Amino acid sequence: MSRLKPKHQRLVLLCAALVALGGASTLALTALGDKATYFYAPSDVFAHAPEPGTAIRLGGLVERGSVAKQPDGLTIAFRVTDNAREVPVRYTGIVPDLFREGQGVITEGRFGPGGVFMADTVLAKHDEKYMPPEVAGSLHKVGRVG
Amino acid sequence: MHRFANPARFLRIARVCTPLLTLSGLVLAAVGLWIGLFASPPDYQQGDSVRIMYVHVPAAWLASGGYLGLAISSGVALVWRHPLAGIAARAIAPVGALFTAICLVTGSLWGKPTWGTYWVWDARLTSMLVLLFLYIGYLALASAEDERHGGDVTLERGAAILAIVGVVNLPIIKFSVEWWNTLHQGPSITLTKSTIDPAMLLPLLTSLAGFSLLFGGIVLMRMRAALARQMVEARGRRLAEAYA
Repeated sequence: MSRLKPKHQRLVLLCAALVALGGASTLALTALGDKATYFYAPSDVFAHAPEPGTAIRLGGLVERGSVAKQPDGLTIAFRVTDNAREVPVRYTGIVPDLFREGQGVITEGRFGPGGVFMADTVLAKHDEKYMPPEVAGSLHKVGRVG
Repeated sequence: MHRFANPARFLRIARVCTPLLTLSGLVLAAVGLWIGLFASPPDYQQGDSVRIMYVHVPAAWLASGGYLGLAISSGVALVWRHPLAGIAARAIAPVGALFTAICLVTGSLWGKPTWGTYWVWDARLTSMLVLLFLYIGYLALASAEDERHGGDVTLERGAAILAIVGVVNLPIIKFSVEWWNTLHQGPSITLTKSTIDPAMLLPLLTSLAGFSLLFGGIVLMRMRAALARQMVEARGRRLAEAYA
């Protein structure tokens, strides 16, 4: 076997290191799994019920027609859905401007009595669509956007 | 490849390319930002805060693209020991770090009116912050090594290895919004489709092209300055020896 030139040795070493690095990262990411997830969808909550009283984040869409202002004027009740399951949520406070029915939302809180999710924080999730209001308006008319 | 790796030839080409890239980049970025800030429609959901995108997206793209350039230059410097590659890596790093910081700050300013928060620890935001730390770590290590070896980039390996190891963060940034649930939205532009209205896509792509050319121009400028400094130092050493 002929000896490799030093620069070819270094090239082989670098390639081997990159392969090892890629393999190690893949293993680490697989082990991490959904622990790096920022929120659970309603279906996740039904599949693995969280311990009562533990703080979790619940995310999904605000179900259409589900937002109801409570008599105290500060609390709102709505349902978060992933189009498979839905969870009733109650929140007292000011919601972000983009909090709308049919839009994405992430709530932080814990399950209270009766399976109602008591949220301490509500964040609006933005989707990847960007368009001017006129375009959005005409799409709404032909019914392409929710 | 080796034809361009000759420093004298590189300097001849860079001398012509630097003003070309810098000027065309400034013009395109200015046109893109002007359309984006004044002559494009507001968004149906976000209103005027959508305009932050025309800075945020180019910054994010150059932060990641710049890091890839840093890692490739570092790899070439390690394997072929070519001084130009080491100089290129040193030239890219602070520019990439600056764009990463711009990306984080503009994203945060957009997040408050849109999401209702400046910052969350979701996978996309966290991996982007890690990218900034990788750049800062590279810069710190590189400057420590420069002091130790008197700026001879062929002897310096630590910073280059850090840059290459950090490459694992790039696919994590890219796919974070697909692998995990995140507050940050998924990609709007893919190779085959875009969910951004053409009236907004045009200024975005113009400003993206402008900032990319400007990035290239600044990197060439920094590389020429580094080579010039090396030549001055070498001449100084020769003169010192001649008079000794």
